Amino acid sequence: MNNNNYGILVVDDEKIVRESLYKWFLEDGYRVDTAENAAEALRKLQSATFDIAFVDIKMPGMDGLELQRHLKEIDKSLTVVIITAFASVDSAVRALKDGAYDYVTKPIDPDELTHIVNNIINQKKLLTENIQLREKIDELTQFDEIVGESSQIKKVFELISTVAKTDTTVLIRGESGTGKELVARAIHAHSSRKYFPIIPVNCGAINDNLLESELFGHEKGAFTGAQYRRKGKFEMADGGSIFFDEIGCVSERLQVDLLRVLEAKQFTRVGGEQVINVDVRVICATNRDIELAVKEGKFREDLYYRLNVFTIFLPPLRERKSDIPQLANHFMKKFSQVMNKPVTQIDPEAMDVLVRYDWPGNIRELANAVERAMVVGKPPQIRKEDLPFQLININGIKPASDSIEEIEKIHILKILNQYNWNISKSAEVLDIDRATLYNKINKFNLKNR
Amino acid sequence: MFVEILGARNFEKLDVGLLCIEVKSAFNLEVSFRKAVMDFGATFDANRLQYNSTQILHLLLNSGKIQNDSKAIILTDLDLFVPILTYVFGEAELNGRAAIASSHRLHNEYYGLPKNEPLLQTRTTKEIIHELGHTFGLIHCKDYMCVMHSSTYVEDIDLKKASLCISCKDKLEILDGNRLK
Ligand SMILES: [Zn+2]
Ligand SMILES: [Zn+2]
Repeated sequence: MNNNNYGILVVDDEKIVRESLYKWFLEDGYRVDTAENAAEALRKLQSATFDIAFVDIKMPGMDGLELQRHLKEIDKSLTVVIITAFASVDSAVRALKDGAYDYVTKPIDPDELTHIVNNIINQKKLLTENIQLREKIDELTQFDEIVGESSQIKKVFELISTVAKTDTTVLIRGESGTGKELVARAIHAHSSRKYFPIIPVNCGAINDNLLESELFGHEKGAFTGAQYRRKGKFEMADGGSIFFDEIGCVSERLQVDLLRVLEAKQFTRVGGEQVINVDVRVICATNRDIELAVKEGKFREDLYYRLNVFTIFLPPLRERKSDIPQLANHFMKKFSQVMNKPVTQIDPEAMDVLVRYDWPGNIRELANAVERAMVVGKPPQIRKEDLPFQLININGIKPASDSIEEIEKIHILKILNQYNWNISKSAEVLDIDRATLYNKINKFNLKNR
Repeated sequence: MFVEILGARNFEKLDVGLLCIEVKSAFNLEVSFRKAVMDFGATFDANRLQYNSTQILHLLLNSGKIQNDSKAIILTDLDLFVPILTYVFGEAELNGRAAIASSHRLHNEYYGLPKNEPLLQTRTTKEIIHELGHTFGLIHCKDYMCVMHSSTYVEDIDLKKASLCISCKDKLEILDGNRLK
């Protein structure tokens, strides 16, 4: 997979062009050589193999067009890219007809240069390494960031394996904190797209106008202050995957745009006319009842069907409690590395508290609890006292009787502790108004800590 | 071995103290900052309205500003190019002593977005670490989270971290083992 297995030959009569490109490709890790004229280029191609030749169209003696034909005679698999000044684009087009892969105009946009070379290399890789690649993906069956052995999580592993190999759109569903992004990343990492990035987009975090330009990019002058072309997330994900978190939050206007991109695999930048083609795999996640949103007319039905091709449900942590010890140990090891703190054990009593708690914030809440415990605690153990107090309180309190009133009291205290006595939030969760909550606190004589 | 960051033009918005700390933690060696007065006039291209970064590197190498046993990187806000490319964020002497990084195209305002100073600081830090990585002989890295990943757009810079990935760290140790031990 290493770039230095690939060779690039730069043919240009201008020394400064040769030097700049030489350095550029060297930093990219390619094996690179230069030639200042056609004769030298032909000589070099006869003594070494190259995969790509960048050939200046205007050179004294044999010009780029003719050189291209001779190069191809020596090595049919050589890919030729023509370098041209604006004035000679016409002849560059002629070169394309003669079998050149593409042409670039001087000065070259660095992104365009990178893009062309990557495309060529990837095509070559696909040809030669198709079989190897497939074997490698099969090899990678463990999902090191997703932890657990419960039947529920094993089912998730199975689904990831199945869908990763395809290009199917995936919808990941589950409460917040269940690790939807990790699953998206696992799918990407086990697909043939793994050498390209997975670009996350949090649809809930940005406003509509900004999201549009985030997704599709914009042209210079598209709106006040847009002084320069900007690449959108779809373009950045080209060849890879795009991950829409909280897809249920997307506005109706953007739903239309998204649908169009998903169907046509192409779009234009904001304020632009040039049609841009992308090869992107879409993975989405939501914690909302998206079917309800469809019913209420807030989410387009056609988009829903397009996204909901393959669904993975992530169980909440309370439904796979048997995974809690393994998860807790996983986070302990991870944080002990990051913090450089030799914590190696979770005390059985502390573990008991972790397993019994309900984890409304799911894995994220568990990770936070372990992290906090490692900050306040003393190595090498995490003890019960190091855990956030609301966990201990909830597990420590048992209703004195089975009366409705006693259970109500314990439940209210549990929620209050859970939300750090944030009255508004607790009232919302309990589905009562704040005044009622204050009355109950007084009635039951509840106290913070 | 130590690294000097030479501030030349409009770096005042940046927290250079923080910058030094981050660069230091990326390479595990002493990093200091000082202001440098340099005349880049000769490297200006009047047609392109940009500065030739390759020529600036030569200027720096011949200026006597690089101390013995050190590497130096110019931090500036000039719009840079190398002759065949439309622009560059920076340039370095591969496996050498001189580098340059520019914040010109790292500002959010340049792309029509609201000013964001912390983001500018992070982008600049990543760009400086990236170019210095080249002076230590590191080439571009496939890992798009690694600071040595090749970035042609600011958005690519935002994707990566301000640190070397494990494999680049290993390479750095092999390239420069004695110094790090
Ligand atoms: Zn670089
Ligand atoms: Zn790396």
